[in-house]
Amino acid sequence: MLRYTIRRLIQLVGVVLVLSLLLFAWLRALPGGPVSALLGERATPESREALTKQLGLDQPIFVQYVKFLGRALSGDFGVSTGVQPGDSAMEIFLQRFPATIELSFLAIVIAVALGIPLGYLAAKRRGGWFDNLSVAGSLIGVAVPVFFLAYVLKDVLSAALGLPTQGRQDAIGATRVTGFFVVDGVITQEWDAALNALEHLILPAIALSTIPFAVVFRITRAAVLDVLNEDFVRTAESKGLTSPVIRRRHVLRNAMLPVVTTIGLQTGALLAGAVLTEKVFSLPGVGQALAIGFERRDYPVLLLLIIMATVVYVVVNLLVDLSYAFIDPRIRTR
Amino acid sequence: MAHSRTARRRWSAAIGLTGVAALALSGCAQSERGGETGGGQVGGTLTFGAAGAPKLLDPFYATDGETFRVSRQMFEGLVGFKPGTAEVQPALATKWESSADGKTWTFTLKENVKFHDGTAFNAEAVCVNFNRWYNQKGAAQSEAVSQYWLDNFGGFADTPDKPSLFKSCAAKDPKTAVVELTKSTSQFPSVLGFTSFSISSPEALKKYDADNVVASGDAFTYPAYANEHPTGTGPFKFGKFDKANNVVELVRNDDYHGDKAKLDKVVFKIIPDETARKQALKAGDIDGYDLPNAADWAGLKSDGFDVKVRPAFNVLYLGINQLNNPKLQDLKVRQALQYAINREQLVKSQLPEGATVASQFMPPLVNGYDKSLEAVKYDPEKAKALLAEAGASDLTLKFYWPTEVTRPYMPSPKDLYGAIAGDLQKAGIKVEATSKPWNGGYLTDVDNGVPDLFMLGWTGDNGTAHNWVGTFFGRTDNRFNTGKSPWGKVLADDLAAANAEPDEAKRTKLYEGINKKIMTEYLPAVPLSYAPPAIVFKKEIQGVTPSPLTDERFGSASKG
Repeated sequence: MLRYTIRRLIQLVGVVLVLSLLLFAWLRALPGGPVSALLGERATPESREALTKQLGLDQPIFVQYVKFLGRALSGDFGVSTGVQPGDSAMEIFLQRFPATIELSFLAIVIAVALGIPLGYLAAKRRGGWFDNLSVAGSLIGVAVPVFFLAYVLKDVLSAALGLPTQGRQDAIGATRVTGFFVVDGVITQEWDAALNALEHLILPAIALSTIPFAVVFRITRAAVLDVLNEDFVRTAESKGLTSPVIRRRHVLRNAMLPVVTTIGLQTGALLAGAVLTEKVFSLPGVGQALAIGFERRDYPVLLLLIIMATVVYVVVNLLVDLSYAFIDPRIRTR
Repeated sequence: MAHSRTARRRWSAAIGLTGVAALALSGCAQSERGGETGGGQVGGTLTFGAAGAPKLLDPFYATDGETFRVSRQMFEGLVGFKPGTAEVQPALATKWESSADGKTWTFTLKENVKFHDGTAFNAEAVCVNFNRWYNQKGAAQSEAVSQYWLDNFGGFADTPDKPSLFKSCAAKDPKTAVVELTKSTSQFPSVLGFTSFSISSPEALKKYDADNVVASGDAFTYPAYANEHPTGTGPFKFGKFDKANNVVELVRNDDYHGDKAKLDKVVFKIIPDETARKQALKAGDIDGYDLPNAADWAGLKSDGFDVKVRPAFNVLYLGINQLNNPKLQDLKVRQALQYAINREQLVKSQLPEGATVASQFMPPLVNGYDKSLEAVKYDPEKAKALLAEAGASDLTLKFYWPTEVTRPYMPSPKDLYGAIAGDLQKAGIKVEATSKPWNGGYLTDVDNGVPDLFMLGWTGDNGTAHNWVGTFFGRTDNRFNTGKSPWGKVLADDLAAANAEPDEAKRTKLYEGINKKIMTEYLPAVPLSYAPPAIVFKKEIQGVTPSPLTDERFGSASKG
């Protein structure tokens, strides 16, 4: 188990290295660049040249990359030129990551809390009206673009429920500890602040949860259907076990393996959805920084954020793999 | 809805009155409050939806509007602008005079002014600021850092090859500062009204290491002063910049030397998405935001919001680059382009209400605008005739237009492009169109002379002609490559001479003459329009005067 984890982590380092090289070259190959973004209409030939030199962009990409790598090894990933000029890319990541985590976590909680029970119920009553209705509903969940849903939520639900539609928290002077606003509110017992931050998360989390919800729902349904047809379920039934016991001990547990895999994959994919959701709800998270960074060609920030997204994705999926061992003891002994 | 709003207003009015009564009881120290606008409630928070985060909090190093917007609430310069105009008026200096040669400027300073850290504002503080600007070192001299100084004052103390406009500053007595320049310029003293040249507390500058800009790899890091301790003399003081929550908070400066701010707090909430800003205003999350889309003006007004239209202080032009197509060096061809575009129609159908056809490269508010010039009328037949005369009837031009951008002078580049290209085709000019994202190749290509035609514009920093035509044509290797024509050099020299003329009346005449020549003899590009940008507030917000320079100060604002 430990060796497996270590091997996967070493793999991750390789992935990050290759990815950083590709990204580095790719970002610089994009048309435009930070010089135009910074100088805008005010650019003159000299100012363009001077700034290009100052940013080191006049050097060959390979030289730039080696320099970047040297600095990155000592923990310096460069300084933002567009998202928050002057702040280090790492600072920006650390400031914004908690917002995205809070949002994604809540979205996943919603998706799982609804997706698994509904999927299970739909499978149990296969072909019934509930099944048909929820399958159709999940299709819509996958099909409706996140940003569209986000706008609908903003216009309709926010007015009805009085929920805030933008930002992470009102300017109420909350104390910052971890950067996770809800957690901070709980730690400092500033309950108003925690509640305020939570309210800000609800609509974006609902918008972001639709796709993972639909996927979790459908995978749960399919997995439960598969397991229900397995011999061991029939055996258990014929042994005279009560159906709650069968459900808990045999059906759900065995159906969970693909579901957990899916949750892991969806968690990684949430970042893509977060870009749009954070844009619509003006949440200062990683997704928003990516969007702004791209618009202003902020190379260091883009590079670091994409790499960190990759790391998060790989780590989450590693955790998912490790969790198999707990769900399915056969994997542990292998 | 309307009912509840009135009810709320009454309620807050009641609170406000109680507040006023309490203040009246507390003594006369507050009597200056509410002087300027005569009314408005004391207290409350103005929440403004900003399109982006301020780059930093030290305006000297800033180039972006969002930093200036925040800074100008906290800082003041020696001179300011009369609200709603581009006219210079006293600020920290109560009066000033220049020597006959325009090189020596004597500023008389306002007395009893204190910085936010309690230290005194005086002539010495003024000179510390000038010397600070002039003595920037190393990374701080970069275009991306000290751009406004470089643009307006030139070089620094240790760059002898790049001369500076600034020579020295001396404190004659505590309330008299004498600034020596190396040459006369039309930019003085209005340049000192730029938010960039606001006066900071010398004590705070030193304490927080204000000049310590470091080139870090491929960018710059800024010192504590620019990040956490901006210290000016303005009606609001810095509260905090909560980056994790994307909110900037300013609080009232109770020791302000002038009319004290009515609001307790100004909060800038950063909402990058324009639609989101509009929704936030409608939902009541914010009290106002800048640059509402012109298409939304009518809707916002009918929803009861106060859409304040600023006087137009920008110009949109069709850029012509003479570099690649020799036909474009022919005046007749460029004139044909001017006749071919139906600018009246363009202004009516593509630009916000109040936009007008541009007769020259600067709007009427700018000193040196030639009133006698009239925009030529749309005449496609004349355009064709001119092209035939020039032997350019089969003209094909590379026309670039930007995506992923709106500018106050260019609300919808795509529609503007469509209208212009259509007009050109009607006059028999073939157009090869290319669209590129603003930061994703458009600006770079325009600066590198790739297109023949392009759309660009300018929003002015101040009311001097140099800031307009001087910026566009003051050199020959500009975006139009005017150096390709013999008059390019003449124009650049004439502009330099006009800028150096100390006598204002003479200078104005010179610029009027130059504008006439630009439009009738040179026509380096086709000026299209002046479009008024807007800023929108809730009806409860009063006392904000829309400014052509976007110099809206919230010190006079109230929430009633």
